[in-house]
Amino acid sequence: MKAAVIVFPGSNCDRDLAVALRDAGADVQMVWHKDAALPAGVDLVAVPGGFSFGDYLRCGAIAAQSPVCQAVVAHAGRGGYVLGICNGFQVLTETRLLPGALLRNAGLRFVCRTVGLRVATDDSVFTAGYGRGAEIALPVAHHDGNYFADAETLARLQGEDRIAFTYADNPNGSVADIAGVLSTNRRVLGMMPHPERAADAALGGTDGQALFRAVVGVMAQA
Amino acid sequence: MKARVHVMLKAGVLDPQGEAVRHALGTLGFDGVNGVRQGKVIELDLAEVDRAAAEAQVREMCEKLLANTVIESYRVEVA
Repeated sequence: MKAAVIVFPGSNCDRDLAVALRDAGADVQMVWHKDAALPAGVDLVAVPGGFSFGDYLRCGAIAAQSPVCQAVVAHAGRGGYVLGICNGFQVLTETRLLPGALLRNAGLRFVCRTVGLRVATDDSVFTAGYGRGAEIALPVAHHDGNYFADAETLARLQGEDRIAFTYADNPNGSVADIAGVLSTNRRVLGMMPHPERAADAALGGTDGQALFRAVVGVMAQA
Repeated sequence: MKARVHVMLKAGVLDPQGEAVRHALGTLGFDGVNGVRQGKVIELDLAEVDRAAAEAQVREMCEKLLANTVIESYRVEVA
């Protein structure tokens, strides 16, 4: 199973994400933002956290226009899998691969702590390893994680079972406690919490492992 | 031509920064500030000399990059 981790100027979770994917069994290649094409045969594109392009204009806005993001959008269009974490989630909303947007946290503060999450659906390769309703704990670290979607979009997300994770105790003002959402075909996931920071018993817990193992497991069989 | 773009969060989208500014104004003794909304202004210096063409160009820039129309509205001035 082949994964590509995108690297933008200002990405800072790219190497952690690569380690988590490799530990789960993936063959990982790092891809620089100026590359206009993804490595051949990539199954999963992972867009990491950080502060791509210094969060200039809006978080993720400049990254979303980079050459590699056009390739990521094309990959998703072909039914490819994409995982965006934290700034990666912001990038995916800016490319419109995922609906809604991430606003400044309602409490205005940068929130950096481990939070409780509920796995809201098991109907995706990303969440199948947990089971619906499972309670897990993952770190968050963001200033702009306040998920917003208009009423119509929110109703569609709920109706189509596309909310992947919700916060047990909302840290940022997100509508409907949303921490992660899926695309229509359920192959693109964006989430603010960091599973890659909880994928090693020595570092921050292991609740993130099931996500990477499930993704790699499913694609290794394919 | 010079163009100026005003980008604001749409009505109904919470603006926590504007709220913080409103609170601070109250602390300074400025009573009666019922609401504060904070946005941004982007100034562009364009090679285009035709006003209508310049405005059309800037609107396209807004749709593609300068504003996120999921959460923001924009207004274009060309002079």
